[in-house]
Amino acid sequence: MYSRRMEISVGFFVLLGALCLGFLALEVSGLTQTRDTGSYQISARFDNVAGLTSRAKVSAAGVTVGRVTGIRYDAQTAGAIVDMEISNAFNEFSLDTSASILTAGLLGEKYIGLMTGGDPDLLTDGDIIFDTQSSIVLEELIGKFLLNMGSDQ
Amino acid sequence: MMNRIQSIGRATLAQLSDLGRATLILVQAVFGGSRVGVSWRLTLDQIHVVGVLSLSIILVSGLFIGMVLGLQGYTILRDYGSEQALGQMVALSLTRELGPVVTALLFAGRAGSALTAEIGLMKATEQLASLEMIGVDPLKRVVAPRFWAGVISLPILSLIFVSVGCLGGALVGVSWLGVDAGSFWANMQASVDFYHDVCNGIIKSVVFAVVVTWIAVFQGYDLIPTSEGIARATTRTVVYASLAVLGLDFFLTAVMFGEV
Repeated sequence: MYSRRMEISVGFFVLLGALCLGFLALEVSGLTQTRDTGSYQISARFDNVAGLTSRAKVSAAGVTVGRVTGIRYDAQTAGAIVDMEISNAFNEFSLDTSASILTAGLLGEKYIGLMTGGDPDLLTDGDIIFDTQSSIVLEELIGKFLLNMGSDQ
Repeated sequence: MMNRIQSIGRATLAQLSDLGRATLILVQAVFGGSRVGVSWRLTLDQIHVVGVLSLSIILVSGLFIGMVLGLQGYTILRDYGSEQALGQMVALSLTRELGPVVTALLFAGRAGSALTAEIGLMKATEQLASLEMIGVDPLKRVVAPRFWAGVISLPILSLIFVSVGCLGGALVGVSWLGVDAGSFWANMQASVDFYHDVCNGIIKSVVFAVVVTWIAVFQGYDLIPTSEGIARATTRTVVYASLAVLGLDFFLTAVMFGEV
């Protein structure tokens, strides 16, 4: 007969592994069930997306509603098209929703903020938002500031 | 001149034939023979040896690496006034890199060398030959259970390592250095993605498990059956396995996290 203690120890070992997987899923990565509701794709055109990356958060009123899935250059309008994946749980953004690139904290990561408008029609899969506010580039700000200082004197 | 070229050719051919033999042994142990099924009894036995008995070293080193990450990260992040990002830093570095890599290195030293020495001694004392004499395939009976035990144990050990490391980081960061517990865990959960970070870490550790265990059983099965041969093969197991893990880690990281 195989020793009982050995089998029990292997059983505990495997259970401990499963427990750790659960810990990593729930406590460390904060995995929740919201993924099951699916998502829809929308895009937004920005003049400048400096600092924004794939997988950045998309939030509305501070609540995370989706993620950035891709950023590409649009030669026709000389701007950037940002593709976003919005959870189906948040499908009530009006057609005239505006998008802006915001920064979390002073030096934090960039994310996209959505602000819903008053249009009764809703954004659906594949729509593009044109009412956007680009990200703030520190060098441009400093340049403007210096220019203003010069014109004051 | 010609002798030099000949020696290069000889070394290349020797390496290639080693690689070929290693592949043959692996394929025969895993897929060969009349019975496709592995003896799960023997595998269970080996999981106990390579997995359960490695638990203490994994727990202790995981805890201390997590604690060191918490301490070092805190002193650096404090300069930028962003101590709350400590949880994010500890969890990301553990799930993506340190968990799979350090576990595989420890596993190569703790279990891989033992596998090589054990199989090597079986060969030196002609136990493998006697198994063949009585009609038992040593690849099926000796090599396959050890291989599967390694492949099953290492990812589990890696998961345990990462979990204990995160708790160690929390212990130092939250309980000792006074980072707010809420922002520590919330930042961690906001930045770690289950599929992108945790699952890729598990994939890494499965790849490392296959490579480390493969090297260990091949070196044991293929060594020169003398005491010196066993000593050399054991050293080679640890050296080759460590180098393979570190090299593969760069490659896997480039594939998984390289896109910007």
